[in-house]
Order: sequence, then C-alpha cells, then structure tokens
Amino acid sequence: MIAALVAIGAPVLAAFTAIGRLTRFAITALTRMLQPPWYPAQLAQQMLVIGWLSLPVVGLTAIFTGSALAQQIFIGGSRFNAASTVPAVTVIGVVRELGPVLGGLMVAGRVASAMAAELGTMRVTEQIDALVTLRTDPFRWLVGPRILAAVLVMPFLVLVSNALGVMGGWLLATQRLGFNSAQYLATTQRYLEVDDVMSSLVKAGVFGFFIALMGCYHGYHSGGGAAGVGRATTNAVVSSFILILLSNLIITVIVFGS
Amino acid sequence: MTPRIELSGVSKRFGSRQVLDGLSVSVMPGESLVIIGGSGTGKSVSLKCILGLIPIDAGSIKVDGQEVAGLKGAALDAHRTRFGMLFQGGALFDSLPVWRNISFALPGRAADRRAAAIDNLARVGLGAEVADLRPAELSGGMQKRVALARAIAVRPPIIFFDEPTTGLDPITAAVINKLIRTLVTDLKITALAITHDMASVRLIADRVAMLHAGKIIWHGPLASLDGCENPYVRQFIHGSTEGPIQMPGVRQ
Ligand SMILES: Nc1ncnc2c1ncn2[C@@H]1O[C@H](COP(=O)(O)OP(=O)(O)OP(=O)(O)O)[C@@H](O)[C@H]1O
Ligand SMILES: [Mg+2]
Repeated sequence: MIAALVAIGAPVLAAFTAIGRLTRFAITALTRMLQPPWYPAQLAQQMLVIGWLSLPVVGLTAIFTGSALAQQIFIGGSRFNAASTVPAVTVIGVVRELGPVLGGLMVAGRVASAMAAELGTMRVTEQIDALVTLRTDPFRWLVGPRILAAVLVMPFLVLVSNALGVMGGWLLATQRLGFNSAQYLATTQRYLEVDDVMSSLVKAGVFGFFIALMGCYHGYHSGGGAAGVGRATTNAVVSSFILILLSNLIITVIVFGS
Repeated sequence: MTPRIELSGVSKRFGSRQVLDGLSVSVMPGESLVIIGGSGTGKSVSLKCILGLIPIDAGSIKVDGQEVAGLKGAALDAHRTRFGMLFQGGALFDSLPVWRNISFALPGRAADRRAAAIDNLARVGLGAEVADLRPAELSGGMQKRVALARAIAVRPPIIFFDEPTTGLDPITAAVINKLIRTLVTDLKITALAITHDMASVRLIADRVAMLHAGKIIWHGPLASLDGCENPYVRQFIHGSTEGPIQMPGVRQ
C-alpha cells in the first residue's frame, strides 16, 4: 500500500518540482528583462538567427501543407458537391491553425534545440559561471534576448507562413484542380477575417515565448557533459512541441469555441 | 589584521560524495596562497564556493570580515566584483572573438576596449594577431592564456587561478608564473592559486596549503615546504607512489 503510494507520489512530486522550477525560471527571466542593463546587440543577433534563418523551413512547410490541404478539401468537398469551398476552407484552416501551429513546430525544432545545445554547452564548459564572475547576469545576457527575440519574430514568421500556405493552396487549385485564379483569390479575400489573423499572431507570440523558454531552461539547467547537453536538447524540443500544441488548443477554444 | 578570505568548517557534498569536509583556510591581504592536492579532492569546488557559484552545506566563508555564504541578488553581485577567476578549463565564450572575451567586463568604447585587450594579451605573452580569432581557433595553452588575460583585465583586488600553467610549455609557464608574482608584489593583488606544478608552486606561493579528504591537512610558508615532515605533503611534492595517499587500483 505504502509502496504503491510512493510509486505514485514520487513522479507526481517530481512533476510539481519541475513545474515550480520552470515557473521560477520564467518569472526570473521576465522580471530581469524589465531592468537594465539591456543588450540590444544580443537581441538583434537572436532576431536574425530565429527570424531570418527560419524563413526557408517555415516557408516550405507552409507551401507544401497549404497545397495538400487544398487537395484534401477538394476531394472531400466533391462528395457533397461542395468542391467550391476549397478557397474558403483553405484560408480558414491555414490562418487559424496550420500556419501558426506548423510554423511554431518548425521553429521549435530549429530554435529550441539550438538554444538548448548552446546554453547547455556554455553550462558544462563553465561559460555561464564565467559570465557571472564577469559581472554579467546570464538571464539578461543570454535568456532575455532569446525570449524577447522569439516573441517579436514569431508573428512575422507566422504571417509569412499564412501567406505561403494560402498561396500553396491557390497554386494547386489553379494548376491542378481547374480553379479560376481571380475567383479563387476573391473568395479567399472574402473569407479572410481580421480576427483570424489576430488570433494567429497572438498564437505566434505565445509559441515564440514557449520555444525560447524551453530552449533556455533546458540548456541553462543542463548537466553531465555531452550526454547531458544531448538530453537537454531533446527535452527542449519535446516540451516546446507539447506546450505549443496545448496552448494552441487553449487559445483556439477561448477564441473560437464560444 | 582581518584575513582577505577566511573559510571555516566549510562542507559540501554532491550526492553521497563528501567533497569538502570542514575545510578551514585563510588568505591575508596581498598574500599569495597556493593550494595543492590530488585530483578530485575539491580544489576547484572550493574556489567556486567562495564565488557563490556552488552553495555550501555548512560552515562560513568571510571576505574582508563579511560573511558571504548565502548571499543573494545584488549583494552577491557586489561580492563577486572583487574577484577575477581563471577557470580550469578556460571557459572562454566561444561565440566571441578573443579581444571581446578579454574586454568583456571593461567599460568604454569598442576601440579602447580592443586596445586594452591587446595590452592584456601582451602580458600573457600573446601578440595582437590572435585578437580577432575565435577561441576554437586557438591551441589549448593559448586558450588558457587568453582566459588568464580576461581574469586580470578588470584589475580585481583578488584573483583565483585554477591551474594557471597546465598545458603550457616550460618557458610560457615561467612567463605566467612571473606574471602572477608581479601581480602580487607590484599590484598588491591577493592571489589564491591551485596547481599541480611544483615549479610553479615555488615561483608564485607565499604560503602553501595541502587539501586532502576535504580538509587542509598541512599549511605553512613556502620556505617550510621542503623541510615538511607531513608524510602526505612529502609524498605529493616528490610525486611518489609510496606513501599514505593511495590511488585506487594502483598496486605498489
Ligand atoms: N557540479 C558538480 N556536481 C557533482 N559533483 C561535482 C560537481 N563539481 C565537482 N564535483 C565532484 O567534486 C569532486 C571535486 O571536484 P574538483 O573539480 O573540485 O576537483 P579538483 O580538486 O579541482 O581536481 P583536479 O585537480 O582534477 O582539477 C569531484 O569528485 C567531482 O566529481
Ligand atoms: Mg580542479
């Protein structure tokens, strides 16, 4: 009986400890970001690394998925004589869900892992300790610029992702499914709502926050040499994926559920 | 006179391993203390404890008479500004070129900081041509010297040297030993060094302390090192396999 309780209790306790540690890390990062010194050069560099260098993956993902989506809607819609819904459903699906979620996941795969590996290496080679002895707060120098850069840049990436996703659908529909280009674009425009775009930008900011937070958190607390850094990288990617999907569900239910 | 640094009864364990076990040692202002001791006895850990990088389990650490164990936030930051630290592995920032590493904590315009970095490079026997290289492009010994230049660049009143001459050729090692000696005698810096290199001990130490099993088991002025009767110290300075310090798995 006791053994069973212990068996259940230990992982539950561990989970709460981990959540507490993560929350404290996030609060520390956010409060330190509000106080100087700030490091604008670090911020600019992170914006470049996260934003510019993620454009190819995010763009390709969006085009491929937007096209595939249009094809599936066409097949499904044809059964109900509703093949003409392709432009409307594509734009809603891309802007509300696929653009932000797939963009977020791709950026998470690229960026959360890279951040965890970089900070983890800095931890195990004592570079983070060295920062501290050189009067520099790792939260302001490393963590803050990464989180802020991700939150600022993700909405732009998601805008690109939305636009290219819709374009992918349009390309496939006009090239393969025989849609008229002008009509397709006009329908797309009619069904493109400001609220949908806003919600996708909010999602993007939230995803950016989680991506950088998980990358930094796991890297910062990494230990145990190269294997430890490897674990930190995996954990950063997996946990940011889960947080993206979970927060996406919550935002979707709040915004569109009522 | 209050000691610059005073550790009493400092203990630290990692898991089941008691690394520091009632460590007591002090360093007077303007003095150079060298800690010797076997690999894995907690020498690096004790430096990190003083800097507040590793929390201690028990005991007290005083700097200029002020208790520093358990400091947090701004007080901890202020405490750390008194120290320069040469890490055993160098700990250079590999995303930054050499000159930015060295001038990292220096204020001012980039051109002045670069000039200051090149000055400090010269002190560790390196030329201006390495200033724009990345740490990964340097040899191990060069990295160590750049790390040393970074530790001394802000002219802190207390400097910790964790194995300053490992990985250096004998001539470069002599340059570094001389530099540390100059910092202590001319600039009145308080130095706490760790080394396995007995030649280096003789060149930089005012006093020597030996760490074994988490405690200081012997300490005294440099001059008394050779006449020391302590069997642990004798075995260590003669680098002998025979004596009270046994290496696991090594048979006599
Ligand atoms: N962060 C840590 N977590 C767990 N154990 C640690 C940590 N840091 C050090 N140790 C352990 O503490 C012991 C002392 O380590 P330390 O680095 O102080 O040795 P050292 O005396 O400097 O040895 P060397 O001369 O080889 O550098 C080692 O057994 C090491 O495994
Ligand atoms: Mg060491």
